[in-house]
Amino acid sequence: MIESKTKMVDAPEGVVGEGFFATKLNDVVGLARANSLWPLPFATSCCGIEFMATMASHYDLARFGSERVSFSPRQADMLMVMGTISKKMAPILRQVYEQMAEPRWVIAVGACASSGGIFDTYSVLQGIDKVIPVDVYVPGCPPRPEQIVDGVMKLQELVRTESVRRRSSPEYQELLASYNIK
Amino acid sequence: MALETSVIQEKLTATFGESVFNFTQEKSIFSLEVASDKITAVLLFLKNDETLRFNFLTDLCGIHYPDNDDNHQFTVVYHLHNWIDNVRLKIKTYLPGSNPEIKTVSNIFLCANWMERETFDFYGINFVGHPQLKRILNMDEMISFPMRKEFPMEDGGRTDKDDRFFGRTIDNC
Amino acid sequence: MSELLLPPEHRYAEIVKKRQNEDGSELSILNLGPTHPATHGIFQNILLMDGERILEAEPTIGYIHRAFEKIAENRPFYQITPLTDRMNYCSSPINNMAWWMTMEKLLDIEVPKRAQYLRVIVMELARITDHLICNSILGVDTGAYTGFLYVFQFREKVYEIYEEICGARLTTNMGRIGGFERDWSPEAFRKLDVFLEEFPIAWKEFENLFERNRIFIDRTVNVGPISAEKAISYGFTGPNLRAAGVDYDVRVAQPYSSYEDFDFKIPVGKSGDTYDRFCVRNAEVWESLSIIRQALDKMPAGNEFHADVPAYYLPPKEDVYHDMESLIYHFKIVMGEVPVPVAEIYHAVEGGNGELGFYLVTDGSRTPYRLHFRRPCFIYYQAYPEMIVGALLSDAIVILSSLNVIAGELDA
Repeated sequence: MIESKTKMVDAPEGVVGEGFFATKLNDVVGLARANSLWPLPFATSCCGIEFMATMASHYDLARFGSERVSFSPRQADMLMVMGTISKKMAPILRQVYEQMAEPRWVIAVGACASSGGIFDTYSVLQGIDKVIPVDVYVPGCPPRPEQIVDGVMKLQELVRTESVRRRSSPEYQELLASYNIK
Repeated sequence: MALETSVIQEKLTATFGESVFNFTQEKSIFSLEVASDKITAVLLFLKNDETLRFNFLTDLCGIHYPDNDDNHQFTVVYHLHNWIDNVRLKIKTYLPGSNPEIKTVSNIFLCANWMERETFDFYGINFVGHPQLKRILNMDEMISFPMRKEFPMEDGGRTDKDDRFFGRTIDNC
Repeated sequence: MSELLLPPEHRYAEIVKKRQNEDGSELSILNLGPTHPATHGIFQNILLMDGERILEAEPTIGYIHRAFEKIAENRPFYQITPLTDRMNYCSSPINNMAWWMTMEKLLDIEVPKRAQYLRVIVMELARITDHLICNSILGVDTGAYTGFLYVFQFREKVYEIYEEICGARLTTNMGRIGGFERDWSPEAFRKLDVFLEEFPIAWKEFENLFERNRIFIDRTVNVGPISAEKAISYGFTGPNLRAAGVDYDVRVAQPYSSYEDFDFKIPVGKSGDTYDRFCVRNAEVWESLSIIRQALDKMPAGNEFHADVPAYYLPPKEDVYHDMESLIYHFKIVMGEVPVPVAEIYHAVEGGNGELGFYLVTDGSRTPYRLHFRRPCFIYYQAYPEMIVGALLSDAIVILSSLNVIAGELDA
């Protein structure tokens, strides 16, 4: 094998033989999903500019599998909410989330998306987890691109170890029901 | 030939008499008060007159003074700018608290359209004759006017803020 | 799908029903919705279209209204800079410096020359980065992604300079009443010199990619023109107005922070179309680079970086621990009990998008009584529905990019 500088993802545990590799379905599916997360950048304010810096060549989120940024919710895996969500915007965020197909994950980037940030006012939604379930919160105002990449890596960890049966399990259905999402 | 503030004052008092008053030079901007029913006439005069030539409306906003008497509760402030002689002017008009109404200037300066909508959104001042006076920044369903002093800044419906940590008790909050 | 409230029928539906085209086709209503990849920021436009041509547009804004003016009434004067940062977040140092200059106008404080020159340098850097984003994203909207990636690299270099000065990348919160919080390190000046050497080469390549590019010229010439009279009536300022031919620039009309010491041109366009706006911004970047070089050459000697106003400027920490007066000043400033006169001030600076004005009304207490931001984006976005009438849908996107509408400044 030629020495390559690219770091490849480790294969999951399994039995290797002549022309076959036996492992658990969960691991393979998790591996595939984790390394090809297509983001939907829901960029509303300043954190959106830091996302642009993350997608640009210096920090390059594409090397984590997020090469194709999708603006259509039907074709995206993870929803990255970056910036302040006001109460006027909340129904739209909800609609975008509902259009995404399972499995879907949500990253709340920045203080405003996590908890309302410095804007404790009548018009700002104090955290997007009031309207949609969130998987990873990235604090910062705005977070450095390294922090956003760290958030994506934590999400990759979650995705890699998630069970294939999770989306039909009763706990997940209960979680969605608590947000009134059908 | 620079436009002196005395010239502005003379021309305005000559044309409008009692409706323009309270001329002051504040730091670097010459300001005056105008009676609220004459505002469109004054702005049109300031824009079209050959010596005054205030061709640009820089800003339009409102202020709420709950401590004033009933006839001076709200004020609409107009900032004008003469680009040819480089002179700025500030005009204030006071409105009563019970039914604040003033004629729109969006037919004189097109940029006043959204600025008046914003002032209506925040203070509830009715701009008579405005082509589309509805809320612009807040949600359309909102009934109160948030920039008035009695409206609280924070969201009243929050359940996750513990008032004890902020020193708030029933008496002082 | 949840039972989301479907919006009531828009008034355009009436127009669609009434009008029937000769060839049997109908008009259509398109929702260029708040979330759209090409609207950089969230604002909605409902378009009445005849095929691909736009007949009428109705904009809705306010999707990121964060009530800055209400917050400003509840914060002491020092705590308002984080708010100003987040208005035009692509060039936050300009907003910060504008706020400090407003406070200095209110308190009649004279800032030393060196601090003024440093302010000019940082404001021009911010202006360069703002135009950088606007023009490269305009390129992305016409399909040229490479320009954006190439030029964004230099925005990272500017972020490093900001980090040397104040510690933050994007929302800088830099400065104090009377100057800066600390002197600029030699590393900051070194990075600035490296930037001034490398960036002009990259910017020349960026210009060469676009300015005589057949495709770009076809997409942007005569797209969204606006006449000078209309622009003045709509309250345009900044590069959008200068593209229409009017050379109004606050830095020249009412110079602040020693801008009168510098020699720079004001680029103007002719027809106010998208191509002119692009070229005016390009030219302004060159002028800004020239201003920064002049400021570095003429920088007064010494290391003064703030005015001597102990009542408003935090004393150095060592003195606070030893000197009674410094302790008292430190306590009062941190608690917000600084003596402020009762006055009304309007101060305007040339932001990345035009005249950014702060109208401050104080009543002697520790917070402003009323603080109103004259936001250029909010004022000139009103002209957008008129500018896109008769244009194709893809032109509407390009016009929106060239106006450089930043949602944070639009809604405040």
